[in-house]
Amino acid sequence: MWKLLQLRREQGRQAIADLRTARPEGFRGLPVIATTPCADGCRACVDVCPTAAITAPPVRLDLGRCTLCGACAPACPAGKLAFTPEVAMAASRRDDLVVAEGPPRVPEVDIGAALRRRFGRSLKLRQVSAGGCNGCELELNALANVNFDIGRHGIEWVASPRHADALVVSGPITRTMADAVQLAWDAMAEPRFVIAVGACAISGGLYDGAPGVDRGFFDRQPPLIYVPGCPPHPLTIARALLAALNS
Amino acid sequence: MSSLVVHAVALDELPVLEPRAWRNWVKGELLQGGRPVMLWGRRGDAGVEVSIALQRADRGLDVLRTTVDPAHGYFALTEVALALHGCERELHETLGVRLTGHPWLKPLRHHGQTQAEMAAYPYYRLDGKCVHEVAVGPIHAGVIEPGSFRFQCNGELVHHLEIQLGYQHRGVEALLDRGDPRRSVPLVETVAGDASVAHAWATCAALERLAGVALAPEVELARATLLELERVAMHLAGLAGLATDVGFVPGASTYGRLRTTAINTTMRLCGSRFGRGALHPGGVAITPDAPAVAAAVALLTAHGATADACFFGSRVVQHRLQGVGALTTAQALQLGLVGPAARACGVELDQREGAGGAYAARPIAVVTEPSGDCWARARMRGRELAASLAWLADAAPALTAVPARQPIGALAPSHLVLALAESWRGEVVHALETDAAGRVVRHKVQDPSLRNWLGLALGMRDNDISDFPICNKSYDLSYCGNDL
Repeated sequence: MWKLLQLRREQGRQAIADLRTARPEGFRGLPVIATTPCADGCRACVDVCPTAAITAPPVRLDLGRCTLCGACAPACPAGKLAFTPEVAMAASRRDDLVVAEGPPRVPEVDIGAALRRRFGRSLKLRQVSAGGCNGCELELNALANVNFDIGRHGIEWVASPRHADALVVSGPITRTMADAVQLAWDAMAEPRFVIAVGACAISGGLYDGAPGVDRGFFDRQPPLIYVPGCPPHPLTIARALLAALNS
Repeated sequence: MSSLVVHAVALDELPVLEPRAWRNWVKGELLQGGRPVMLWGRRGDAGVEVSIALQRADRGLDVLRTTVDPAHGYFALTEVALALHGCERELHETLGVRLTGHPWLKPLRHHGQTQAEMAAYPYYRLDGKCVHEVAVGPIHAGVIEPGSFRFQCNGELVHHLEIQLGYQHRGVEALLDRGDPRRSVPLVETVAGDASVAHAWATCAALERLAGVALAPEVELARATLLELERVAMHLAGLAGLATDVGFVPGASTYGRLRTTAINTTMRLCGSRFGRGALHPGGVAITPDAPAVAAAVALLTAHGATADACFFGSRVVQHRLQGVGALTTAQALQLGLVGPAARACGVELDQREGAGGAYAARPIAVVTEPSGDCWARARMRGRELAASLAWLADAAPALTAVPARQPIGALAPSHLVLALAESWRGEVVHALETDAAGRVVRHKVQDPSLRNWLGLALGMRDNDISDFPICNKSYDLSYCGNDL
């Protein structure tokens, strides 16, 4: 009994006060690309990237492919690339995930007025992992823990797709899960939408073109929210959801 | 000296026997107590090259190879060592090697064209008047990876559980075998994304041995710090899950928030909560922050002790975990379990024991539990994370700045290297082979999950089906690590 009281006292209040303003210390997040000119013919950042996320010149970085591994920053002889601790990286338009040279620009999340009105106070999510490595899954689970406590904003995980408003997909979608993902989507009632979490889900990431992957589902059901990262920080996911609901 | 178990051999010095002699030699070694580490194949010019790695009591490795005609194959070694059942099923499925006498030659991951036939999996079935089947998956009720479980029950009692995986098969090894040096470490970080550091380290250690690069002690220390933080974080995650599954809410919330502290410490060191992008061949990219690590370790040790006292001291928890999902030491040895799953059955097997590098400078205490049940696996996780915290408390003050990226240079041509790292889930095994030009042409990966899933299945026999979530969580195995 005394031990339990001690446990409660030590636990204190763990919830992050405001998910919209919290900044994780040391996080390698939103990249910025300086406008300094590239050396003639230099492709150092392009050559070092494991997911072909970078094109140059001009240097452009696709957050939908980027795993935030950080390899490009030290590779650039002109020091053009840097990673900031900014967590807000999600977007509703795929093109908005491409970072161009210039000052940092936080992409926008907008699921439309109708869905916002419908789900603004309550959003139920059904997650399906389809080739996810348990990185995205752990971070999605973390959203509901005592630190991030996304439930206080009316956002919850549900066990059945029948109860869900949005389908959260992680992983590149393996051929062996393609049917199951479609079944889960078909079981959901309208209105509904898809959220793609992590580089694998958004673009295939490291598994783009892998032999075991079938991404047909995303062609049929384009996501309304893309959440980049490998895996995304829980705050990146939280910021995306709160921005979508405008809460 | 590397902190991992690394074994290198030039291909022209690798003993290659004809299949019958090879099998006889392997059988002899297995019967004398040689521990099977991995069996794997590669399509060669004259057939399929099949290699086996065995570990001696002194942690040294023996590798022996044969070349078989796939149509002819060989008599399955699973008959001698059940631990090899997964390796041989994979060999059969991916390279078409005929295996006579294999008791369980079912698809491991529905490789290739048969991927569309997931629903046609040939489950074992129990017949009888009161017997019923329970099918679960591939999608489960939580935020968790997919896999299918088929229970044969009589009332609440489970007679048999069959686990069908393969839903996570992405084709990791096919990508790794392309040998793109930019992609090998990022890819292995996602083999089992909760054990990124262990997999990345094994690949780096193998590549460094191939390049003849020895690392500075500071680099080994920094890597071991990240590996132990990964172990602490995932053991805390496991305990939080177990506490949730037995309805012990204070444990769930405290272990859960302590895990946040652990992975945030990793993020402070390397920018990612999972240690992604930190390790690369030749170095480690960290921002050393000894005071931050020391403060986190002190908090985790103090608050963790209170949580342990409440969780393990609770009669409810003891009642729910003790005697559930038990395996004997003999079963664990027969199945070839690895990692905490084996140590919870009293098997002393930990690749960090007697290892060099960071673990030679600061030996880490290896713990075992005798009872082999869910309680033992829970206790293992509590005691192991305490041992890792003690190690970290000692190591943290020594964390210093390390040279970030060092090109490792050309790889030795025509070599085979094996590297074993003890992840929080057990040993990860990476085998890299180079061709005459020094390019990686085969990169075989084995996650401990491949070895341990059968332990979960057999441990469920004669248990209540309602105890399955606890048993599953106590093993905490990876689906994608198995499916590759």
